Amino acid sequence: MRVLLSWLNEFGPFANPHDAAAIDALAADLTALGLAVEDVVAVGGSVAGVVSARVIRVEQHPDAAKVRRVWVDAGDGAERHVWCGASNMGAGDVVPLATLGTTMPNGMTIERRGILGIDSEGMLCSAAELGINDDHSGILLLPADSALGVPYGEVLGLDHDVVFDLDLTRNRPDCWSVEGIARDLAAWRKVPFAARAPMIAERGVARTIPVEVLTDGCGRFTATVMSGVVVGASPEWMIRRLEAVGMRSINNVVDVSNYVMLDIGQPNHAYDFDKVANGFRIRNAREGEVLVTLDEAERTCSPDDVLICDGADVPVGLGGVMGGLDSEIAASTTTVALEVAWFPAIGVMRTATRHGLRSEASARYERGVDPTLAERAVLRFAELLSITCPDLVVHEGTTDERSAGMPPVDRSTSLRASEVTRILGIELSATEIRQLLDPIGFSAAENGDSLSVTLPNWRPDSTTEIDVIEEVARHYGYDRLGRSVPKSTVHGHLTPLQLRRRLLRNVLVGLGLSEAMPNPIVAPDVMQRAGVEGAQLRILNPLVAEESALRISLRPGLLSAISNNEHHRRFGVSLFEIGHVYPPSGDGLPNEFEALCVVLAGREAPDALAIWREIAEALDVGAMVDQSSVPSGLHLTRSGVLRAGRDVIGAVGEIAPEVLDEFDVTERVAVLELRLDSVLGVVKAPPTYRPVSKYPSSDLDLAFVVADDVAADRVERAIRQGAATLLVGLELFDVYRGSGVSDGQRSLAWRLRLQAPDRNLTDADVAEVRMRVEDAVAKFGGELRSSTAR
Amino acid sequence: MIDDITQATEEALKAIQTASDLAELDRAAAEMLGKRGALGVLKSSLSKVADIDERKNLGRALNDAMSAVNEALATHRANLVTEERLRRVEAERLDLTEFPSAPSRGHLHLVTQAWQHLEDVFVGLGFTVAEGPEVETDWYNFEALNMGEGHPARGEFDTLFVGHDAAEKPGDSGLLLRTHTSPVQIRTMLESEPPIYIVAPGRVFRRDTPDATHMPVFHQIEGLVVDRGITMAHLAGTIEAFTHAFFGPGFTSRLRPSYFPFTEPSAEFDIRRPDGSWLELGGCGMVHPEVLRAGGVDPEEWSGFAFGFGIDRMAVMRHSVSDIRDMYSNDIRFIEQF
Repeated sequence: MRVLLSWLNEFGPFANPHDAAAIDALAADLTALGLAVEDVVAVGGSVAGVVSARVIRVEQHPDAAKVRRVWVDAGDGAERHVWCGASNMGAGDVVPLATLGTTMPNGMTIERRGILGIDSEGMLCSAAELGINDDHSGILLLPADSALGVPYGEVLGLDHDVVFDLDLTRNRPDCWSVEGIARDLAAWRKVPFAARAPMIAERGVARTIPVEVLTDGCGRFTATVMSGVVVGASPEWMIRRLEAVGMRSINNVVDVSNYVMLDIGQPNHAYDFDKVANGFRIRNAREGEVLVTLDEAERTCSPDDVLICDGADVPVGLGGVMGGLDSEIAASTTTVALEVAWFPAIGVMRTATRHGLRSEASARYERGVDPTLAERAVLRFAELLSITCPDLVVHEGTTDERSAGMPPVDRSTSLRASEVTRILGIELSATEIRQLLDPIGFSAAENGDSLSVTLPNWRPDSTTEIDVIEEVARHYGYDRLGRSVPKSTVHGHLTPLQLRRRLLRNVLVGLGLSEAMPNPIVAPDVMQRAGVEGAQLRILNPLVAEESALRISLRPGLLSAISNNEHHRRFGVSLFEIGHVYPPSGDGLPNEFEALCVVLAGREAPDALAIWREIAEALDVGAMVDQSSVPSGLHLTRSGVLRAGRDVIGAVGEIAPEVLDEFDVTERVAVLELRLDSVLGVVKAPPTYRPVSKYPSSDLDLAFVVADDVAADRVERAIRQGAATLLVGLELFDVYRGSGVSDGQRSLAWRLRLQAPDRNLTDADVAEVRMRVEDAVAKFGGELRSSTAR
Repeated sequence: MIDDITQATEEALKAIQTASDLAELDRAAAEMLGKRGALGVLKSSLSKVADIDERKNLGRALNDAMSAVNEALATHRANLVTEERLRRVEAERLDLTEFPSAPSRGHLHLVTQAWQHLEDVFVGLGFTVAEGPEVETDWYNFEALNMGEGHPARGEFDTLFVGHDAAEKPGDSGLLLRTHTSPVQIRTMLESEPPIYIVAPGRVFRRDTPDATHMPVFHQIEGLVVDRGITMAHLAGTIEAFTHAFFGPGFTSRLRPSYFPFTEPSAEFDIRRPDGSWLELGGCGMVHPEVLRAGGVDPEEWSGFAFGFGIDRMAVMRHSVSDIRDMYSNDIRFIEQF
């Protein structure tokens, strides 16, 4: 909403447009009231350096078809030459001349510049170039009797003024009018507020238009006949005000209609009486019914739209949004039918959205218009139109039809002073509260410590006690509410899961991995391309098809990241992501959970396993690598799942070669995936202290020959079982295939460090460990190849 | 004999001084001090001196000689050890810049860094951290937050609707990607009893074309306090405490009236930088009674406040990232900078 300072000042003494400090203070007050000031723009006045000048003569240069040479007199007797692209002026015309050094509103500075070697000593300006309006069809022609060499603003009578551009919140429909803003400001500043009280001397003979409201989609419809209209231009001041807030002047009738809307917030529409004399019917549109609106667009309606039709049921307007083209005011119009109606916000919003048509009227109805405003709007319209139509007659017999859609207009709520204190933390008496509320139309009657508050009809959002408390807070001043921190009995902390998640991130970063955040919304085929199987949820209104499904694995996003980095010749990139995946549950919310995925470009499966071991160690979680089941999309012979008991908590290995091809990745990629609900969700007791043994340790090297299809960790588990509590260290230090070992087998050499907590080890202890381990390994065909104690 | 002692001592000292390494020194010491060495022989011949006084004198002279030699030995040995260590150290010289190594430290995402920083500040202010799902129901995302069916404010959220089949109509399944972290307020109130002091950081979604300052997927942090006697002064005080703790002591805050369906009174909060400029940070307000009711909390007994703002913007501002899309490019050349 753009509001002009001089217009505001008609309602109360707010600020002198020439006083910069007062303008700043006004902007600060608007902000303090919740009417956020986006911009403050000076309008009117003159662009400094642009003066009136008379055209002496105009010549066409033979070599420059598009520009003319113009000689002007700026009143100082000197003859100046300028180049000019426009051709609407001739000798004797008075025009605005931007002299050398002038900075134009668009930021351009006028410099001496030559065309075909001839300098231009300034520039002739269009109205658009001076920021007066958007007319750039030619040079602005000033009155022929203007003094020369004076600022053009003086010549045109342009007063300096200020526009505040306000970003209004949805709950302040009242501020879509100058009057509403002024009311709030006057209350805040505790200065008198003069609401519009339009009057007309007398009404003419009764002339009535029959009105039928056939739908609750229109709450109220009033029609008033006014005759004696002479369609013509509006007064200069009105044109300038409308233009300053971004509207174009059309003619005196349309301008007054718009002016009333801006002034007091009531949209209205003037029809040519002859076209609607047989009456108004307000009804829902029929499916496919067509109306051409004022913007000359053909609108195909649906039954959710409300149409204003004439007595013959021909649509003449789209209710609450825009009038129809056919019933437009014409130059010949002498009698108008003024519609002042009320439409419910939701209906107008839907219609405006459906037709992609946001008008000044719909913007106001969508937020909520005062349903009792019609009478004042009619009078204000008449008052303003009679300036240009002195013979205007407002006829008796205004029709005022209502439907069940008309909202209640005598609304009230009670307000407890104690509740103001409980929510705002300030002690206010009922009287003090009343004094804050009365000036903004929330007229309150005290009733002990309570108040009975009548809710103003221009605040349809305001219905309950808390709504009124907000008004009390606003007019008391948010800045004065005080500041203290709550005396909380709650202590701040992260949960064990959150702490473990942080630890996990620290471990990963310490291992050289960097965190990526791919988009969880993916192309519908990307999971399949990565070999990930399973149903996915869909985005039903995607902006682009590439982002129309929800991921069920983090893998594809990271593979794309690897691929992109490779394209920048960054190989060997190691990334991880911790993020949600959303496998559907059948119906309702998905089985959403948090997952970790690690990808190591240019590395192999054991590197991913090493990452897993670090995580397992740091987070004290255990799982077995089970290569008997390989998740789809992973390398068939180099991957497996991580199994904790019966649960699969993740996968480790390498990306399948066909998936790498699919994602255009040239390096091998080692991968680790974990379900973090499983890994982080367990709360582990802190490890208990074990005394460090004071007794010497012995090392025992054991090499076993085992078949290739026996996992090394079976041997490891056999060793751990056999050595039991004496084992303090274990390392697989050699894997050997070759001469001395049969095909299909390999030798695994382990180094065991043995130590007793409470005594020296004996040779018998070591021998017993070796024997037990040997027996255990023999159970799955392993054979002891060598044994060395040291 | 005293002359013999003097001479043997001088020879011994000379031999010590001329020893050029530890091995030579050890040999010289063995020669001189052993039984067959000059001083050793003199020592064993001492018993043959008959005169007691002379023997005493000679014995003292011999002891003095031995101490002098031993002292010289120790000193020279120490010198040789030092010299040898110096030689070895010199021989081991490395040009350390010949060994450049690629940095192997990883990097947390900028959003994670800001997220953790915010969590830490709020934990310090007495909050715990709550989380919730990213796919939500219409009820948690809108209805319970005082935005029932047809509420005009819903339109401002540019919601992405979710379904099981691309042919469904948006909204039919009641599923959507949460447009804000506020559903966590409702979940927390329903799952626990007041007093509640939580912040809820998380990922949120809007149907928005990415540009230099917007992403359709981004992150917010939301705060909720529900307790007895919570007033708007507590909201302003908490925002101010957060401002000092997160931005620094030179920063202050202000509340100005605004509108959100889920709070009333509502406010925008702005941060004033030390240079006097303002930064619009987020929205806040007293929790609307209808929202408390939806969370199963009696608004006559309890009151509360809530606030929320963007996490991404904190990261972007801290590091002057001019295009937010870079932050989500997963380009290692970007990640490595932070």
